[in-house]
Amino acid sequence: MSKKIVQIENVGQTFATKKGTFTALRDIHLDIHEGESVSLIGHSGCGKSTLLNLIAGLTLPSTGVMLCEGREIAGPGPERAVVFQNHSLLPWLTCFDNVYLAVERVFSAKEGKVKLKERTREALALVGLSHAESKYPHEISGGMKQRVGIARALSMQPRILLMDEPFGALDALTRANLQDELMKILAATRATMVMVTHDVDEAVLLSDRVVMLTNGPAATVGEILDVKLERPRDRLALAHDPVFGNCRAAIMEFLYQKQLRVAA
Amino acid sequence: MSAAAMTDQPVKELGEGEAGKAVEAGRVASYKPAVVGAPVMAAAPAPTGAGLGERLQVALQALLRAFVPPVAGLALLIGLWHLATLNGGGIPSPGKTWDAAVVLFSDPFYREGPNDQGIGWNVLASLQRVGMGFGIAALVGIPAGFLLGRFAILSRMLNPIISLLRPVSPLAWLPIGLLVFQRADPAATWTIFICSIWPMVLNTAQGVTRVPQDYLNVARVLKLSEWKVFTKILFPAVLPYMLTGIRLSIGTAWLVIVAAEMLTGGVGIGFWVWDEWNNLKVEHIIIAIFVIGIVGLALEQALMLLARRFNYESR
Repeated sequence: MSKKIVQIENVGQTFATKKGTFTALRDIHLDIHEGESVSLIGHSGCGKSTLLNLIAGLTLPSTGVMLCEGREIAGPGPERAVVFQNHSLLPWLTCFDNVYLAVERVFSAKEGKVKLKERTREALALVGLSHAESKYPHEISGGMKQRVGIARALSMQPRILLMDEPFGALDALTRANLQDELMKILAATRATMVMVTHDVDEAVLLSDRVVMLTNGPAATVGEILDVKLERPRDRLALAHDPVFGNCRAAIMEFLYQKQLRVAA
Repeated sequence: MSAAAMTDQPVKELGEGEAGKAVEAGRVASYKPAVVGAPVMAAAPAPTGAGLGERLQVALQALLRAFVPPVAGLALLIGLWHLATLNGGGIPSPGKTWDAAVVLFSDPFYREGPNDQGIGWNVLASLQRVGMGFGIAALVGIPAGFLLGRFAILSRMLNPIISLLRPVSPLAWLPIGLLVFQRADPAATWTIFICSIWPMVLNTAQGVTRVPQDYLNVARVLKLSEWKVFTKILFPAVLPYMLTGIRLSIGTAWLVIVAAEMLTGGVGIGFWVWDEWNNLKVEHIIIAIFVIGIVGLALEQALMLLARRFNYESR
Protein backbone atom coordinates (compact mmCIF):
# COMPACT_ATOMS: atom_id res chain seq x y z
CA MET A 1 0.00 0.00 0.00
CA SER A 2 1.40 3.37 -0.95
CA LYS A 3 1.85 6.18 1.52
CA LYS A 4 -1.16 8.03 2.87
CA ILE A 5 -1.09 11.73 2.04
CA VAL A 6 -4.36 12.69 3.68
CA GLN A 7 -6.16 10.86 6.46
CA ILE A 8 -9.70 11.81 7.38
CA GLU A 9 -10.90 10.13 10.56
CA ASN A 10 -14.41 10.39 11.89
CA VAL A 11 -14.78 13.94 10.65
CA GLY A 12 -18.01 15.90 11.03
CA GLN A 13 -18.83 19.47 10.14
CA THR A 14 -21.61 21.55 11.66
CA PHE A 15 -22.48 25.16 11.02
CA ALA A 16 -24.28 27.48 13.41
CA THR A 17 -27.33 28.97 11.71
CA LYS A 18 -30.25 31.05 12.92
CA LYS A 19 -32.36 27.91 13.22
CA GLY A 20 -29.78 26.09 15.33
CA THR A 21 -26.85 23.91 14.32
CA PHE A 22 -26.82 22.47 10.84
CA THR A 23 -24.91 19.23 10.33
CA ALA A 24 -23.32 19.23 6.89
CA LEU A 25 -21.06 16.19 7.19
CA ARG A 26 -20.80 13.33 9.70
CA ASP A 27 -18.63 10.26 10.26
CA ILE A 28 -16.35 10.74 7.27
CA HIS A 29 -13.55 8.24 7.00
CA LEU A 30 -11.29 8.50 4.01
CA ASP A 31 -7.62 8.06 3.19
CA ILE A 32 -5.98 9.54 0.12
CA HIS A 33 -2.88 7.70 -1.03
CA GLU A 34 0.12 9.10 -2.80
CA GLY A 35 -0.30 9.36 -6.55
CA GLU A 36 -3.97 8.50 -6.71
CA SER A 37 -6.81 10.48 -8.21
CA VAL A 38 -9.99 10.57 -6.16
CA SER A 39 -13.31 12.09 -7.15
CA LEU A 40 -15.98 13.23 -4.72
CA ILE A 41 -19.40 12.93 -6.28
CA GLY A 42 -22.91 13.49 -4.97
CA HIS A 43 -26.02 15.58 -5.46
CA SER A 44 -25.67 19.32 -5.09
CA GLY A 45 -25.75 20.46 -1.50
CA CYS A 46 -24.40 17.15 -0.19
CA GLY A 47 -21.25 18.73 1.13
CA LYS A 48 -18.64 17.64 -1.40
CA SER A 49 -17.17 21.14 -1.54
CA THR A 50 -17.34 21.34 2.26
CA LEU A 51 -15.22 18.20 2.43
CA LEU A 52 -12.73 19.60 -0.08
CA ASN A 53 -12.50 22.85 1.90
CA LEU A 54 -11.76 20.79 4.99
CA ILE A 55 -8.86 19.05 3.24
CA ALA A 56 -7.68 22.44 1.98
CA GLY A 57 -7.86 23.77 5.53
CA LEU A 58 -10.04 26.70 4.48
CA THR A 59 -12.50 25.51 7.15
CA LEU A 60 -11.74 23.38 10.18
CA PRO A 61 -13.77 20.30 11.15
CA SER A 62 -16.17 20.43 14.08
CA THR A 63 -15.32 16.90 15.12
CA GLY A 64 -12.76 14.28 14.16
CA VAL A 65 -9.19 14.48 12.96
CA MET A 66 -7.71 15.48 9.60
CA LEU A 67 -4.09 14.74 8.89
CA CYS A 68 -1.85 15.67 5.99
CA GLU A 69 1.31 13.60 5.95
CA GLY A 70 0.78 12.74 9.59
CA ARG A 71 0.34 16.34 10.74
CA GLU A 72 -2.96 17.86 11.74
CA ILE A 73 -4.44 20.24 9.17
CA ALA A 74 -4.69 23.54 11.03
CA GLY A 75 -5.18 25.87 8.07
CA PRO A 76 -4.57 26.24 4.36
CA GLY A 77 -1.13 25.87 2.91
CA PRO A 78 0.64 25.68 -0.43
CA GLU A 79 1.32 21.94 -0.03
CA ARG A 80 -2.44 21.50 -0.57
CA ALA A 81 -2.99 23.62 -3.68
CA VAL A 82 -6.57 24.44 -4.64
CA VAL A 83 -7.95 24.94 -8.14
CA PHE A 84 -11.08 26.96 -7.54
CA GLN A 85 -14.31 26.48 -9.43
CA ASN A 86 -14.30 29.98 -10.88
CA HIS A 87 -10.53 30.07 -11.51
CA SER A 88 -10.02 32.92 -8.99
CA LEU A 89 -7.26 34.56 -10.96
CA LEU A 90 -6.43 38.08 -9.84
CA PRO A 91 -7.76 40.28 -12.65
CA TRP A 92 -5.09 42.96 -12.25
CA LEU A 93 -2.20 40.54 -12.77
CA THR A 94 -1.13 38.93 -16.03
CA CYS A 95 -1.24 35.16 -16.35
CA PHE A 96 2.49 35.11 -15.70
CA ASP A 97 2.19 37.26 -12.59
CA ASN A 98 -0.71 35.20 -11.27
CA VAL A 99 1.44 32.08 -11.39
CA TYR A 100 4.55 33.95 -10.27
CA LEU A 101 2.77 35.08 -7.08
CA ALA A 102 2.42 31.43 -6.08
CA VAL A 103 5.91 30.41 -7.21
CA GLU A 104 7.48 33.33 -5.38
CA ARG A 105 5.66 32.47 -2.17
CA VAL A 106 6.77 28.84 -2.16
CA PHE A 107 10.29 28.96 -3.58
CA SER A 108 11.70 32.47 -3.05
CA ALA A 109 13.37 31.44 0.21
CA LYS A 110 15.68 29.07 -1.63
CA GLU A 111 15.83 30.26 -5.22
CA GLY A 112 16.75 33.39 -7.16
CA LYS A 113 14.51 35.43 -9.42
CA VAL A 114 15.77 33.79 -12.60
CA LYS A 115 14.87 30.34 -11.32
CA LEU A 116 11.48 31.54 -10.09
CA LYS A 117 10.66 32.95 -13.51
CA GLU A 118 11.79 29.72 -15.11
CA ARG A 119 9.45 27.76 -12.85
CA THR A 120 6.59 30.09 -13.77
CA ARG A 121 7.25 29.59 -17.50
CA GLU A 122 7.48 25.83 -17.02
CA ALA A 123 4.11 25.77 -15.26
CA LEU A 124 2.48 27.78 -18.04
CA ALA A 125 4.11 25.59 -20.67
CA LEU A 126 2.73 22.50 -18.91
CA VAL A 127 -0.82 23.71 -19.52
CA GLY A 128 0.04 24.91 -23.04
CA LEU A 129 -0.24 28.63 -22.35
CA SER A 130 3.26 29.91 -22.98
CA HIS A 131 1.88 32.24 -25.63
CA ALA A 132 -0.58 33.90 -23.24
CA GLU A 133 1.74 34.67 -20.35
CA SER A 134 1.52 38.44 -20.76
CA LYS A 135 -2.25 38.48 -21.18
CA TYR A 136 -4.68 39.53 -18.48
CA PRO A 137 -7.40 37.11 -17.33
CA HIS A 138 -10.17 39.10 -19.01
CA GLU A 139 -8.37 38.74 -22.35
CA ILE A 140 -8.48 34.93 -22.44
CA SER A 141 -11.25 32.34 -22.62
CA GLY A 142 -12.81 30.52 -19.68
CA GLY A 143 -10.93 27.34 -20.50
CA MET A 144 -7.63 29.20 -20.64
CA LYS A 145 -8.33 30.87 -17.29
CA GLN A 146 -8.92 27.50 -15.71
CA ARG A 147 -5.64 26.28 -17.21
CA VAL A 148 -3.83 29.19 -15.60
CA GLY A 149 -5.53 28.22 -12.33
CA ILE A 150 -4.20 24.69 -12.76
CA ALA A 151 -0.74 26.02 -13.66
CA ARG A 152 -0.77 28.19 -10.55
CA ALA A 153 -1.67 25.22 -8.37
CA LEU A 154 0.88 22.88 -9.98
CA SER A 155 3.66 25.48 -9.91
CA MET A 156 3.74 25.19 -6.11
CA GLN A 157 4.61 21.50 -6.42
CA PRO A 158 1.90 20.60 -3.93
CA ARG A 159 1.69 17.26 -2.15
CA ILE A 160 -1.92 17.13 -3.22
CA LEU A 161 -3.97 18.97 -5.82
CA LEU A 162 -7.49 19.87 -4.72
CA MET A 163 -9.95 20.74 -7.47
CA ASP A 164 -13.41 22.10 -6.78
CA GLU A 165 -15.53 21.39 -9.88
CA PRO A 166 -12.70 22.80 -11.98
CA PHE A 167 -14.46 22.31 -15.31
CA GLY A 168 -18.00 22.98 -14.13
CA ALA A 169 -18.26 26.37 -15.78
CA LEU A 170 -16.90 25.26 -19.17
CA ASP A 171 -18.65 24.04 -22.29
CA ALA A 172 -18.57 20.32 -23.05
CA LEU A 173 -15.86 20.43 -25.75
CA THR A 174 -13.50 22.62 -23.74
CA ARG A 175 -14.14 20.43 -20.74
CA ALA A 176 -13.20 17.25 -22.60
CA ASN A 177 -10.03 18.91 -23.83
CA LEU A 178 -8.99 20.01 -20.39
CA GLN A 179 -9.83 16.60 -18.89
CA ASP A 180 -7.50 14.95 -21.38
CA GLU A 181 -4.78 17.45 -20.62
CA LEU A 182 -5.24 17.07 -16.90
CA MET A 183 -4.79 13.30 -17.25
CA LYS A 184 -1.53 13.86 -19.14
CA ILE A 185 -0.31 16.36 -16.56
CA LEU A 186 -1.18 14.06 -13.66
CA ALA A 187 0.62 11.19 -15.37
CA ALA A 188 3.68 13.34 -16.00
CA THR A 189 3.85 14.87 -12.54
CA ARG A 190 2.50 11.83 -10.66
CA ALA A 191 0.50 14.27 -8.58
CA THR A 192 -2.10 13.24 -6.05
CA MET A 193 -5.49 14.73 -6.75
CA VAL A 194 -8.89 15.10 -5.11
CA MET A 195 -11.60 16.50 -7.34
CA VAL A 196 -15.16 17.51 -6.62
CA THR A 197 -17.46 16.84 -9.53
CA HIS A 198 -21.09 16.16 -10.36
CA ASP A 199 -20.25 14.70 -13.74
CA VAL A 200 -20.35 10.89 -13.73
CA ASP A 201 -18.23 10.47 -16.88
CA GLU A 202 -15.64 12.89 -15.58
CA ALA A 203 -15.42 11.03 -12.28
CA VAL A 204 -14.86 7.64 -13.96
CA LEU A 205 -12.50 8.95 -16.61
CA LEU A 206 -10.17 10.81 -14.25
CA SER A 207 -10.25 8.82 -11.03
CA ASP A 208 -8.76 5.73 -9.48
CA ARG A 209 -11.47 5.86 -6.85
CA VAL A 210 -14.85 7.55 -6.84
CA VAL A 211 -16.16 8.52 -3.42
CA MET A 212 -19.94 8.79 -3.45
CA LEU A 213 -21.54 10.96 -0.80
CA THR A 214 -25.07 10.47 0.51
CA ASN A 215 -27.55 13.32 0.40
CA GLY A 216 -27.23 16.13 2.90
CA PRO A 217 -27.88 17.26 5.52
CA ALA A 218 -25.55 15.10 7.59
CA ALA A 219 -24.00 13.57 4.49
CA THR A 220 -21.39 10.88 4.73
CA VAL A 221 -19.49 8.51 2.46
CA GLY A 222 -22.04 6.16 0.89
CA GLU A 223 -19.93 3.98 -1.34
CA ILE A 224 -16.41 4.00 -2.73
CA LEU A 225 -15.90 2.65 -6.22
CA ASP A 226 -12.54 1.44 -7.50
CA VAL A 227 -12.12 2.31 -11.16
CA LYS A 228 -10.01 -0.54 -12.51
CA LEU A 229 -9.14 0.99 -15.86
CA GLU A 230 -5.62 0.97 -17.26
CA ARG A 231 -3.82 4.27 -17.77
CA PRO A 232 -3.32 6.13 -20.01
CA ARG A 233 -7.03 6.25 -20.67
CA ASP A 234 -8.52 7.20 -23.99
CA ARG A 235 -12.01 8.61 -23.94
CA LEU A 236 -12.91 7.26 -27.37
CA ALA A 237 -11.80 3.70 -26.60
CA LEU A 238 -13.49 3.81 -23.20
CA ALA A 239 -16.86 4.63 -24.72
CA HIS A 240 -17.28 0.95 -25.55
CA ASP A 241 -15.29 -0.49 -22.64
CA PRO A 242 -17.44 -2.73 -20.39
CA VAL A 243 -15.48 -1.77 -17.24
CA PHE A 244 -16.12 1.91 -17.95
CA GLY A 245 -19.78 1.16 -18.55
CA ASN A 246 -20.08 -0.80 -15.30
CA CYS A 247 -18.42 1.93 -13.26
CA ARG A 248 -20.70 4.49 -14.81
CA ALA A 249 -23.74 2.33 -14.11
CA ALA A 250 -22.69 1.80 -10.49
CA ILE A 251 -22.42 5.53 -9.86
CA MET A 252 -25.67 6.26 -11.67
CA GLU A 253 -27.39 3.62 -9.63
CA PHE A 254 -26.08 5.15 -6.41
CA LEU A 255 -27.05 8.67 -7.42
CA TYR A 256 -30.41 8.05 -9.03
CA GLN A 257 -31.79 5.04 -7.14
CA LYS A 258 -30.25 4.95 -3.71
CA GLN A 259 -29.91 8.70 -3.28
CA LEU A 260 -32.75 9.99 -5.39
CA ARG A 261 -33.76 13.44 -4.33
CA VAL A 262 -37.44 13.76 -3.65
CA ALA A 263 -37.43 17.44 -4.38
CA ALA A 264 -34.53 18.13 -6.71
CA MET B 1 -56.33 60.16 -69.76
CA SER B 2 -55.40 59.35 -73.33
CA ALA B 3 -52.72 62.04 -73.33
CA ALA B 4 -51.15 60.52 -70.27
CA ALA B 5 -51.20 57.09 -71.84
CA MET B 6 -49.56 58.43 -75.02
CA THR B 7 -46.75 60.12 -73.11
CA ASP B 8 -46.27 56.99 -71.06
CA GLN B 9 -45.78 54.78 -74.07
CA PRO B 10 -42.67 56.33 -75.69
CA VAL B 11 -40.90 56.65 -72.36
CA LYS B 12 -41.33 52.96 -71.74
CA GLU B 13 -40.00 52.08 -75.19
CA LEU B 14 -37.00 54.31 -74.70
CA GLY B 15 -36.23 52.57 -71.42
CA GLU B 16 -36.27 49.16 -73.05
CA GLY B 17 -34.05 50.38 -75.86
CA GLU B 18 -31.46 51.72 -73.48
CA ALA B 19 -31.45 48.55 -71.44
CA GLY B 20 -30.77 46.60 -74.63
CA LYS B 21 -27.82 48.83 -75.47
CA ALA B 22 -26.41 48.40 -72.02
CA VAL B 23 -26.53 44.61 -72.36
CA GLU B 24 -24.78 44.89 -75.69
CA ALA B 25 -22.06 47.08 -74.16
CA GLY B 26 -21.62 44.51 -71.44
CA ARG B 27 -21.03 41.79 -74.03
CA VAL B 28 -18.48 43.88 -75.81
CA ALA B 29 -16.68 44.45 -72.56
CA SER B 30 -16.48 40.74 -71.85
CA TYR B 31 -15.13 40.05 -75.36
CA LYS B 32 -12.38 42.64 -75.17
CA PRO B 33 -11.35 42.96 -71.58
CA ALA B 34 -7.96 44.52 -72.41
CA VAL B 35 -9.46 47.48 -74.24
CA VAL B 36 -12.41 48.05 -71.97
CA GLY B 37 -10.29 47.43 -68.91
CA ALA B 38 -8.57 50.80 -69.16
CA PRO B 39 -11.68 52.98 -68.86
CA VAL B 40 -12.97 50.79 -66.05
CA MET B 41 -9.71 51.30 -64.18
CA ALA B 42 -9.91 55.01 -64.77
CA ALA B 43 -13.45 55.01 -63.51
CA ALA B 44 -12.49 53.04 -60.42
CA PRO B 45 -11.53 56.00 -58.22
CA ALA B 46 -14.95 57.51 -58.74
CA PRO B 47 -16.85 54.93 -56.62
CA THR B 48 -14.26 55.03 -53.80
CA GLY B 49 -14.43 58.81 -53.96
CA ALA B 50 -18.16 58.54 -53.49
CA GLY B 51 -17.51 56.12 -50.58
CA LEU B 52 -15.23 58.65 -48.93
CA GLY B 53 -17.86 61.30 -49.38
CA GLU B 54 -20.42 59.00 -47.87
CA ARG B 55 -18.21 58.26 -44.92
CA LEU B 56 -17.59 61.96 -44.43
CA GLN B 57 -21.32 62.49 -44.46
CA VAL B 58 -21.85 59.77 -41.84
CA ALA B 59 -19.12 61.24 -39.66
CA LEU B 60 -20.63 64.69 -40.06
CA GLN B 61 -24.04 63.38 -39.08
CA ALA B 62 -22.60 61.70 -35.98
CA LEU B 63 -20.85 64.94 -35.10
CA LEU B 64 -24.10 66.86 -35.56
CA ARG B 65 -26.00 64.36 -33.44
CA ALA B 66 -23.41 64.69 -30.69
CA PHE B 67 -23.15 68.46 -30.68
CA VAL B 68 -26.47 69.89 -31.79
CA PRO B 69 -28.51 68.97 -28.66
CA PRO B 70 -26.05 70.40 -26.11
CA VAL B 71 -25.54 73.53 -28.19
CA ALA B 72 -29.31 73.89 -28.53
CA GLY B 73 -29.68 73.50 -24.77
CA LEU B 74 -27.09 76.18 -24.15
CA ALA B 75 -28.75 78.45 -26.68
CA LEU B 76 -32.09 77.91 -24.94
CA LEU B 77 -30.55 78.82 -21.59
CA ILE B 78 -28.99 82.00 -22.97
CA GLY B 79 -32.21 82.82 -24.82
CA LEU B 80 -34.29 82.52 -21.64
CA TRP B 81 -31.70 84.51 -19.75
CA HIS B 82 -31.86 87.20 -22.42
CA LEU B 83 -35.68 87.28 -22.29
CA ALA B 84 -35.59 87.57 -18.52
CA THR B 85 -33.32 90.61 -18.69
CA LEU B 86 -35.24 92.43 -21.45
CA ASN B 87 -37.27 94.46 -18.95
CA GLY B 88 -34.19 95.63 -17.11
CA GLY B 89 -33.90 94.69 -13.43
CA GLY B 90 -30.74 93.73 -11.56
CA ILE B 91 -29.71 90.74 -13.68
CA PRO B 92 -27.28 91.72 -16.45
CA SER B 93 -28.01 90.54 -19.99
CA PRO B 94 -25.92 87.82 -21.68
CA GLY B 95 -24.30 90.44 -23.89
CA LYS B 96 -23.25 92.61 -21.01
CA THR B 97 -21.93 89.58 -19.13
CA TRP B 98 -19.96 88.49 -22.18
CA ASP B 99 -18.36 91.92 -22.50
CA ALA B 100 -17.43 91.83 -18.82
CA ALA B 101 -16.00 88.34 -19.24
CA VAL B 102 -13.84 89.45 -22.16
CA VAL B 103 -12.41 92.23 -20.02
CA LEU B 104 -11.98 89.95 -17.03
CA PHE B 105 -10.23 87.14 -18.90
CA SER B 106 -7.99 89.45 -20.90
CA ASP B 107 -5.95 89.85 -17.70
CA PRO B 108 -6.77 87.04 -15.25
CA PHE B 109 -3.50 87.23 -13.33
CA TYR B 110 -3.14 90.81 -12.13
CA ARG B 111 -2.44 91.77 -8.55
CA GLU B 112 -3.40 95.11 -7.07
CA GLY B 113 -3.32 94.60 -3.36
CA PRO B 114 -4.58 91.67 -1.33
CA ASN B 115 -8.26 92.28 -2.04
CA ASP B 116 -8.01 93.05 -5.74
CA GLN B 117 -6.55 90.21 -7.77
CA GLY B 118 -7.35 88.62 -11.12
CA ILE B 119 -9.93 85.85 -11.39
CA GLY B 120 -7.14 83.41 -12.24
CA TRP B 121 -5.47 83.97 -8.87
CA ASN B 122 -8.79 83.60 -7.12
CA VAL B 123 -9.53 80.26 -8.77
CA LEU B 124 -5.99 79.03 -8.05
CA ALA B 125 -6.27 80.09 -4.42
CA SER B 126 -9.51 78.13 -4.07
CA LEU B 127 -8.02 75.10 -5.82
CA GLN B 128 -5.02 75.25 -3.52
CA ARG B 129 -7.26 75.26 -0.44
CA VAL B 130 -9.31 72.38 -1.81
CA GLY B 131 -6.14 70.48 -2.69
CA MET B 132 -4.76 70.98 0.79
CA GLY B 133 -7.88 69.97 2.71
CA PHE B 134 -8.67 67.18 0.31
CA GLY B 135 -5.08 65.90 0.35
CA ILE B 136 -4.98 65.68 4.12
CA ALA B 137 -8.42 64.04 4.09
CA ALA B 138 -7.15 61.42 1.63
CA LEU B 139 -4.04 60.78 3.73
CA VAL B 140 -6.19 60.20 6.80
CA GLY B 141 -9.39 58.85 5.29
CA ILE B 142 -8.07 56.14 2.97
CA PRO B 143 -5.94 54.34 5.58
CA ALA B 144 -8.81 54.75 8.06
CA GLY B 145 -11.14 53.17 5.49
CA PHE B 146 -8.78 50.20 5.10
CA LEU B 147 -8.65 49.68 8.86
CA LEU B 148 -12.43 49.97 9.17
CA GLY B 149 -12.95 47.48 6.38
CA ARG B 150 -10.38 44.98 7.64
CA PHE B 151 -11.29 44.98 11.33
CA ALA B 152 -14.98 44.55 12.05
CA ILE B 153 -14.56 45.68 15.65
CA LEU B 154 -13.25 49.08 14.53
CA SER B 155 -16.08 49.48 12.08
CA ARG B 156 -18.66 48.64 14.76
CA MET B 157 -16.97 51.13 17.05
CA LEU B 158 -16.75 54.04 14.62
CA ASN B 159 -19.74 53.58 12.34
CA PRO B 160 -22.22 55.22 14.73
CA ILE B 161 -19.93 58.25 15.05
CA ILE B 162 -19.49 58.50 11.29
CA SER B 163 -23.23 58.16 10.72
CA LEU B 164 -23.78 60.97 13.21
CA LEU B 165 -21.18 63.37 11.79
CA ARG B 166 -21.59 62.71 8.07
CA PRO B 167 -24.92 64.51 7.53
CA VAL B 168 -23.66 67.66 9.33
CA SER B 169 -23.15 70.57 6.95
CA PRO B 170 -19.43 71.20 6.67
CA LEU B 171 -20.00 74.88 7.38
CA ALA B 172 -21.07 73.98 10.89
CA TRP B 173 -17.45 72.92 11.40
CA LEU B 174 -16.09 76.31 10.35
CA PRO B 175 -16.40 78.00 13.77
CA ILE B 176 -14.59 75.05 15.36
CA GLY B 177 -11.79 75.53 12.83
CA LEU B 178 -11.66 79.26 13.52
CA LEU B 179 -11.51 78.57 17.25
CA VAL B 180 -8.77 75.97 16.98
CA PHE B 181 -6.59 77.61 14.32
CA GLN B 182 -7.33 81.26 15.13
CA ARG B 183 -6.93 82.12 11.43
CA ALA B 184 -9.34 82.06 8.50
CA ASP B 185 -7.20 80.18 6.02
CA PRO B 186 -6.56 76.97 7.96
CA ALA B 187 -10.18 77.07 9.11
CA ALA B 188 -11.33 76.91 5.47
CA THR B 189 -8.89 74.05 4.82
CA TRP B 190 -10.22 72.30 7.92
CA THR B 191 -13.77 72.63 6.61
CA ILE B 192 -12.75 71.05 3.31
CA PHE B 193 -10.95 68.31 5.20
CA ILE B 194 -13.95 67.40 7.32
CA CYS B 195 -16.41 67.37 4.42
CA SER B 196 -14.24 65.36 2.06
CA ILE B 197 -13.07 62.70 4.49
CA TRP B 198 -16.35 60.79 4.88
CA PRO B 199 -16.90 59.53 1.32
CA MET B 200 -13.28 58.33 1.20
CA VAL B 201 -13.50 56.51 4.54
CA LEU B 202 -16.84 54.91 3.76
CA ASN B 203 -16.10 53.91 0.17
CA THR B 204 -12.69 52.48 1.00
CA ALA B 205 -14.14 50.51 3.91
CA GLN B 206 -16.94 49.22 1.72
CA GLY B 207 -14.42 48.25 -0.96
CA VAL B 208 -12.39 46.27 1.56
CA THR B 209 -15.42 44.35 2.81
CA ARG B 210 -16.40 43.60 -0.79
CA VAL B 211 -13.12 42.04 -1.87
CA PRO B 212 -14.28 38.69 -3.27
CA GLN B 213 -13.79 35.84 -0.83
CA ASP B 214 -12.19 33.86 -3.67
CA TYR B 215 -9.24 36.23 -3.83
CA LEU B 216 -8.80 36.06 -0.07
CA ASN B 217 -8.97 32.26 -0.26
CA VAL B 218 -6.17 32.37 -2.83
CA ALA B 219 -4.19 34.44 -0.35
CA ARG B 220 -4.92 31.92 2.39
CA VAL B 221 -3.93 28.91 0.31
CA LEU B 222 -0.71 30.64 -0.73
CA LYS B 223 -0.19 31.82 2.86
CA LEU B 224 0.75 35.27 1.60
CA SER B 225 2.19 37.75 4.07
CA GLU B 226 -0.03 40.65 5.20
CA TRP B 227 2.06 43.01 3.06
CA LYS B 228 1.59 40.86 -0.05
CA VAL B 229 -2.11 40.50 0.69
CA PHE B 230 -2.32 44.28 0.85
CA THR B 231 -0.28 45.11 -2.25
CA LYS B 232 -1.37 42.24 -4.50
CA ILE B 233 -4.98 41.72 -3.48
CA LEU B 234 -6.55 44.31 -1.18
CA PHE B 235 -5.21 47.49 -2.75
CA PRO B 236 -5.97 46.64 -6.41
CA ALA B 237 -9.38 45.25 -5.48
CA VAL B 238 -10.30 48.32 -3.45
CA LEU B 239 -8.87 50.89 -5.86
CA PRO B 240 -12.08 51.37 -7.91
CA TYR B 241 -14.10 51.94 -4.72
CA MET B 242 -11.45 54.30 -3.43
CA LEU B 243 -11.53 56.34 -6.62
CA THR B 244 -15.32 56.63 -6.36
CA GLY B 245 -14.84 57.97 -2.84
CA ILE B 246 -12.24 60.43 -4.07
CA ARG B 247 -14.54 61.61 -6.83
CA LEU B 248 -17.44 62.18 -4.45
CA SER B 249 -15.10 63.93 -2.03
CA ILE B 250 -13.64 66.33 -4.52
CA GLY B 251 -17.13 67.22 -5.77
CA THR B 252 -18.26 68.05 -2.24
CA ALA B 253 -15.04 69.91 -1.48
CA TRP B 254 -15.52 72.14 -4.50
CA LEU B 255 -19.13 72.78 -3.48
CA VAL B 256 -18.11 73.73 0.02
CA ILE B 257 -15.10 75.92 -0.74
CA VAL B 258 -17.23 78.68 -2.25
CA ALA B 259 -19.42 78.89 0.85
CA ALA B 260 -16.46 78.63 3.22
CA GLU B 261 -14.57 81.41 1.46
CA MET B 262 -17.62 83.66 1.51
CA LEU B 263 -17.45 83.44 5.28
CA THR B 264 -13.68 83.55 5.77
CA GLY B 265 -12.66 86.11 3.16
CA GLY B 266 -9.16 86.44 1.70
CA VAL B 267 -8.37 85.42 -1.86
CA GLY B 268 -10.52 82.77 -3.52
CA ILE B 269 -13.39 82.40 -5.93
CA GLY B 270 -15.96 82.24 -3.10
CA PHE B 271 -14.70 85.41 -1.53
CA TRP B 272 -14.51 87.02 -4.96
CA VAL B 273 -18.22 86.31 -5.52
CA TRP B 274 -19.04 87.96 -2.21
CA ASP B 275 -16.75 90.90 -2.99
CA GLU B 276 -18.38 91.46 -6.37
CA TRP B 277 -21.80 91.35 -4.69
CA ASN B 278 -20.64 94.11 -2.38
CA ASN B 279 -19.42 96.04 -5.45
CA LEU B 280 -22.77 95.24 -7.13
CA LYS B 281 -21.03 93.79 -10.20
CA VAL B 282 -23.65 91.15 -10.79
CA GLU B 283 -22.25 90.20 -14.20
CA HIS B 284 -19.06 89.12 -12.44
CA ILE B 285 -21.09 86.89 -10.13
CA ILE B 286 -22.64 85.20 -13.16
CA ILE B 287 -19.19 84.74 -14.68
CA ALA B 288 -18.02 83.24 -11.39
CA ILE B 289 -20.92 80.78 -11.45
CA PHE B 290 -19.83 79.59 -14.89
CA VAL B 291 -16.19 79.39 -13.81
CA ILE B 292 -17.04 77.40 -10.68
CA GLY B 293 -19.18 75.06 -12.75
CA ILE B 294 -16.50 74.52 -15.38
CA VAL B 295 -13.73 73.88 -12.83
CA GLY B 296 -15.96 71.43 -10.94
CA LEU B 297 -16.80 69.63 -14.16
CA ALA B 298 -13.12 69.44 -15.11
CA LEU B 299 -12.18 67.97 -11.70
CA GLU B 300 -14.95 65.40 -11.95
CA GLN B 301 -14.08 64.41 -15.52
CA ALA B 302 -10.38 64.09 -14.72
CA LEU B 303 -11.15 61.70 -11.88
CA MET B 304 -13.61 59.77 -14.04
CA LEU B 305 -10.82 59.23 -16.56
CA LEU B 306 -8.51 58.08 -13.79
CA ALA B 307 -11.16 55.72 -12.42
CA ARG B 308 -11.74 54.20 -15.85
CA ARG B 309 -8.03 53.59 -16.19
CA PHE B 310 -8.00 51.56 -12.96
CA ASN B 311 -11.27 49.72 -13.33
CA TYR B 312 -10.09 46.19 -14.04
CA GLU B 313 -13.66 44.88 -14.42
CA SER B 314 -14.48 46.88 -17.53
CA ARG B 315 -11.09 46.33 -19.09
